[in-house]
This record gives sequence, structure tokens and C-alpha cells, in this order.
Amino acid sequence: MAVTTSDMTASAQTMNNVEAVRATLYDALRSDDRVIILGEDVGARGNVFLITKDFIDEFGERRIIDTPIAEASIVGIAVGMAMEGLRPIAEIQFADFIYPAFNQIVGEAAKTRYRSNGEYTCPLVIRTPYGGGVRGALSHSVSVEALFYHVPGLKIVAPAFPADVKGLLNASIDDPDPVLFLEHKKTYRLIKGEVPAGHYTIPIGKANLLKEGTQLSVVSYGLYVHWALEAANALDAEGISVEVIDLRSIRPMDRGTILQSVEKTRKLLIVHEDNKFGGVGAEISAMVAEEALFHLDAPIRRLCAPDVPAMGYAETLEHEYMSSPAKIAAAMRELATF
Amino acid sequence: MPTTVTMPQLGETVTEGTVAQWLKRPGDNVEKYEPFVEVSTDKVNAEVPAPVSGVLRELLVKEGETVATGTPIAVIDSVEAATDTSRVEANRMASDEPMPGGPSAQPRSNGHAARPAEPAFVPAQVLRGVSPAVRRLAREHSVDVRALKGTGSGGRVTAQDVIGAAATTPSVAAGLVVSSGTSTYAQPLPGTTIPLNQARKIIAQRMVESKHTAPHAWSTVEVDVTMLWKWRDREKAAFERETGYKLTLLPFFIRAVVQSLATFPLVNGRFANDGIQVLKDVNIGIAIGLASNLVVPVVRNADRLTIKALGVAAGELVNKARKNKLGPDDLAGGTFTVNNNGANGSILSAPIINGGQAGIVTMEAVVKRPVVVEGDAIAIRQMMNCCLSLDHRVLDGYTASGFLADLKRRLESMGPDGTI
Repeated sequence: MAVTTSDMTASAQTMNNVEAVRATLYDALRSDDRVIILGEDVGARGNVFLITKDFIDEFGERRIIDTPIAEASIVGIAVGMAMEGLRPIAEIQFADFIYPAFNQIVGEAAKTRYRSNGEYTCPLVIRTPYGGGVRGALSHSVSVEALFYHVPGLKIVAPAFPADVKGLLNASIDDPDPVLFLEHKKTYRLIKGEVPAGHYTIPIGKANLLKEGTQLSVVSYGLYVHWALEAANALDAEGISVEVIDLRSIRPMDRGTILQSVEKTRKLLIVHEDNKFGGVGAEISAMVAEEALFHLDAPIRRLCAPDVPAMGYAETLEHEYMSSPAKIAAAMRELATF
Repeated sequence: MPTTVTMPQLGETVTEGTVAQWLKRPGDNVEKYEPFVEVSTDKVNAEVPAPVSGVLRELLVKEGETVATGTPIAVIDSVEAATDTSRVEANRMASDEPMPGGPSAQPRSNGHAARPAEPAFVPAQVLRGVSPAVRRLAREHSVDVRALKGTGSGGRVTAQDVIGAAATTPSVAAGLVVSSGTSTYAQPLPGTTIPLNQARKIIAQRMVESKHTAPHAWSTVEVDVTMLWKWRDREKAAFERETGYKLTLLPFFIRAVVQSLATFPLVNGRFANDGIQVLKDVNIGIAIGLASNLVVPVVRNADRLTIKALGVAAGELVNKARKNKLGPDDLAGGTFTVNNNGANGSILSAPIINGGQAGIVTMEAVVKRPVVVEGDAIAIRQMMNCCLSLDHRVLDGYTASGFLADLKRRLESMGPDGTI
């Protein structure tokens, strides 16, 4: 996992998502003294996924800060740092632990610019691994995006591919306002891809049309993007043409790309791992119903997790909770032939 | 819960209404706000929306019957209550239906089979599967959803089905008369008496009035429209793309008519007891034949409109007429009438003048004929007859034939180039 800058700038490299996060953080620390990483076990332990391994040796305890198990403090301190000119990257070890920091994120960070009449901004990145499928059970599996996407003033990104991880993490660090950066933990080592060399950004709020199709639009993000793509490719063989959109950013949301696609295919399937009620799919559905009703040739369909308090630990329960390429393909097939 | 629906009061001074047509039959599902009966008064026809969702259980008034406002006309059972299907069946007024009481896909008795899909006329069981996209596309392409065989799940008509049908079916969006080739006229059963509906009563009364009071005289000219036809053909696609309406010869014809009326103002006049009124406004009535009805909506100030604007105005009126949506404003104030009579192939007619006007002129069928042209050569030209009926109290043959000759000259000088 050793990453050096020279490796990074030479040429495009194949990485998994964990390596992409690590490489991007490393470059940010190297190129900008204001960048500081703080969180539980980010220093001596080098993060539970070894994302910040050995960073403390190179950048020191003042820039790689091990914090107590106190999420409200992690984010609260980072808000102060950001307001005073630093570029903190706060880590919440698992998204499941983010709740104590809710006030600091929603009540403080998101409102800083407004409250100070633009005098202060809060250029803060909060990174956190989320999502299931890793037998993480009750407290290592949640999706938290719907709890935060209601909040104006907060940006939320959830990239699925290593190249997007790098481009969007760079954009998040550069952004003058707070960004919640969601990393799907099952994709960490599962997903590999080419990552361009050098510093680049991908605009926050821009979706990616991964696969063009004519009969049905599928919108997803995170791990399920990969499964939706797999299902869509499989359906090509059946003569069913599916368009796949990777949302990449949850807020701001790329309404134009979604609407353009739905106006073409006239059918919309939204797939996400978070539960259905009030989820991101609800906002997409409402938006499409408001803007493109007379293009719809079928009811909008949402394939989401059941509304239960948590993902079960038992493998069968986890499977029941999670979707799969086969389940997504079945929903696509049904909607395409509606 | 049975809900009794009463005859609504359509207008402040209106005290009674006639059930013109039941849009639903006993046993049909109705959605709240969905039109389920058409009521006519001496002025307007209106579709009455259902006050509740449910199943139409009973019709208390027959089509053509006139009752006072407030009189119960139908009973609707809310969905939960309407489980006793045998009773619903028993109440079915099958014997009163002039049409064979077929499945829902049959056209209604005023039946234009090729009429654009209109939600109000689509039975609820079909409506459930009609997506917003299908509705929009059907309207845009003038496709009748009910006539399509759906390829979606459970036979649902999909957006793709509509697009496919639009590509293969000729549209009737702006034809003025229901074309004989594609439509189904409602055929009454021999041996039955069709009760007079309000519209039929009014038509009968006005025709008799006009024919009895205005001494009709007739005159006909042959018009060479070869060049005009070419012009129309060249403008057709752009016009349709821009406005959504088909471009027929009608707006060109109206344009020529209003110019001839300017030259012969007397033709835009009317006979009154104190003298002949020569009218300032030029409001052109367009006779639109529907299967069971005749309406003559009016293009106001037609002399101020371009050919393109006339085409749009006519298209709108035809659409409204088809949907039974013409209001009193659309029908009043005509000063002269044109009748596109030729759509079914007629080459000569003697129309009855619309009461209170001095004349009516027809466009008969455009047919290719061998014609002797300059230099005594014989050429194949597209010819159209124009027949004028005139009120001989207002006009004499001298003015009438002058008007017709002027109209002929104008039509023959239109095209093959120009701006609409």
C-alpha cells in the first residue's frame, strides 16, 4: 500500500477505492500544509482500513490527529479549524457512529456561511465508510445519506469508482463549504479501476451516464451502481436496453442528466441500499414526477432496502436486506416489459 | 354508499338540461372528476364530472330526455359498495343503447373511431393502463389508444405502441369531415326512432328558418388549384412541425375568401327589415361535420389573419369541435361561412345559408382533370369546384358571380411560391 507522489504523477494507475482515497489524501497533505486529518485511529493505527497508514510518520502528530471516541468533538473541532483557515478532513470511523456529530454537521457546519453572512465559510470534508454487505450487522452497515440530504448548505458525494473517488475527493477538499464524503466499504477493495495521474477534480453535482440504453433508465450510487451495471449488461443479451446513471453526488443532484434520460427512455428505476421511505429515491421520484410526468410510460419504481431498523447479522438476513445483480435485473426486466 | 347525482345548473338562468349522451354505462367504473355524462342546454354542451369514484349503478334519465335542474339523473356506488354485480347487470339499460352494447373498445355512438385519445371517453378499466406518456403521445399524434393492440404487460398500450401506430396510421387531426375511409358512422337500427337531442332540434329549426326566409340561389365556378396545391405541399411539413396541426387548403381558401369579401362587401352583409346591413367585421364560420352533429365555429376577424394564423385557428376549432368543447363564444358572430365539403369526394353541392348571413361557399373535392389550357393544349390540372349559395334578398347574380370570379382569380394566382 505504499504510495508515493512519483508513482502518482507518472501515469494512470490501476487502484482499488481504498488506494484511491489513500493516494488522494496523501497528495493533498503533500501539496497543502493547511490539510489536516483527524479522527479515531487515523494516526498510530493508520485507520481501520489502513488508509492513513504511516501518514503520522511523514506528516507528524499536528497534522494527523488521533482523537478520542467522541464524534461531536471530531466534527466540532474540525468546524473551528475550517472557519479559521485550515482544510480539515475529519474521519468518522464508520457512518454508524456519525449521530453524535449531527448537531455539528447540520446545525453548525452547514449553516456557517449563512449565519456569518458570508464572512466565514466552512471548508470541511467529513469522510466516512458506509454501507453493508460485509457482515457488519447492526453498527457497521448503515447508509446515512438520507439523514443529511435534506439539509441545505451541505454537499454529499458518494463515488463508486476509484477515478471518481480521487476527482471528487479533490473537489471536496477544494470546496469552500462542508462536504460529506461517503465511501462504500464493500467497494473499498472489491472495485478496481484506472485512476488518472496528477491533480484533477470532478465537479460535485454531476452524474455520470455509465451506459446508454433506450428502454429504461436506472439511477443508482455507491455499490449498487456496479450491480446495476452488471445487470444491465446481462440484459443486453435478452435484447433489453437499459441506461445506467451513476449519481456520484447526492446533493446537489444532477437533475438534468436524470430528466434527459427519463425523457428518452420514459421509464425510471431507482436502486439504492438505503431503505425506501424518505430515501434519496423519494426525492428523485418526486422531481421526475414534477418535471417529466408526461414523458413517463410506467410508474416510477424504487428498489430499496426494507424499512427495518437495521441490517441483520445472519447471512440470510443480510442477503434479504441487500439487493443483488439478479434482483436488480428482475426489476429492470419487469419495468422494461411493462 | 350510493350517491345520487342530480342535473346540474349550467348557467344562472338555466332551469333545465338535456342528457345529450351518457359517456358511461351502468357497471362502468368512474373516477372522481371524470366526465360521465354530457348535458346540453339551449346554449352549450358540457361534460359533467362524477362527484365520487365508484361504479355507475343506474341511469335515471334516458339520452335525449330533458329534466329540471336538481332532478336525480344517476346513481353511483362507491367502489366498496358495488360488489353485487348481478344487480348491476340487471340494471343495465342495454335495450336503450342505439349501438350494439359491445366491449369498452367499441367507439361510442357519436363515434369517430380515429378521434385522438380523450381521457374523458376512455373507460376506467382502459384508463388504468394509459400512462401519461401514452396520453400525451396519443394526443400529439392523433392516435386512438383504444384501437391499438398493446404490447405491454397485460396488453397495456405502451408509448412505443403509440409511436408505431402514429407512423403507420394516417392522421385526421385537421381534416374537416370525418373521412369515409377510416371512420365508423354510427348506424341506427332500422325500425327504431332516434329521439331528438338538443343539437338536432336546433339544427332542424335553423335549417327550416333559413330555407324558408332566405330565397336561395346558386352558382358554381371551377378553380384550377394546381399551383396552390404545390404551395401547400411545400409548407405542409414545416407548418405541422411548428404548430402541431395539419395544413389543409382551408386556410388558403379562407384567405382568398376574405380578400374577395373586401372587394365585394355586400357579400359580407345581412338582410334586415330596415335595410341591408353591410358588416364591418369579417368573421368566417367553418362548417364542421361530425357524425351526429353539425357545428359552425367562427374565426373572428379572419381578414386580419395570415394564412398560417388561419390554419392554427381552424385547427384549434376543429379540435375543440371533436372534443365537444366549443363554447358559445366560438359559435357566435359569423358573417359568412365556408364549407370544406370535398373531403369525401363531393364535387357539387347546394348548401343552406347559415341564418343571418348573405352566403356560404364550398370547397369541393380537388380532382385531377384534363383541362384545355392556353394555346388549346390539354393539360392535367388539379381542379376544385366552389359552390356559392346566396340570399337573393341581399345579392343578385351580378354581384355573386363577380364575387365568385374574384375568388377564382385569387385562388388561381396563389402559389407555387409565397409566404404563409
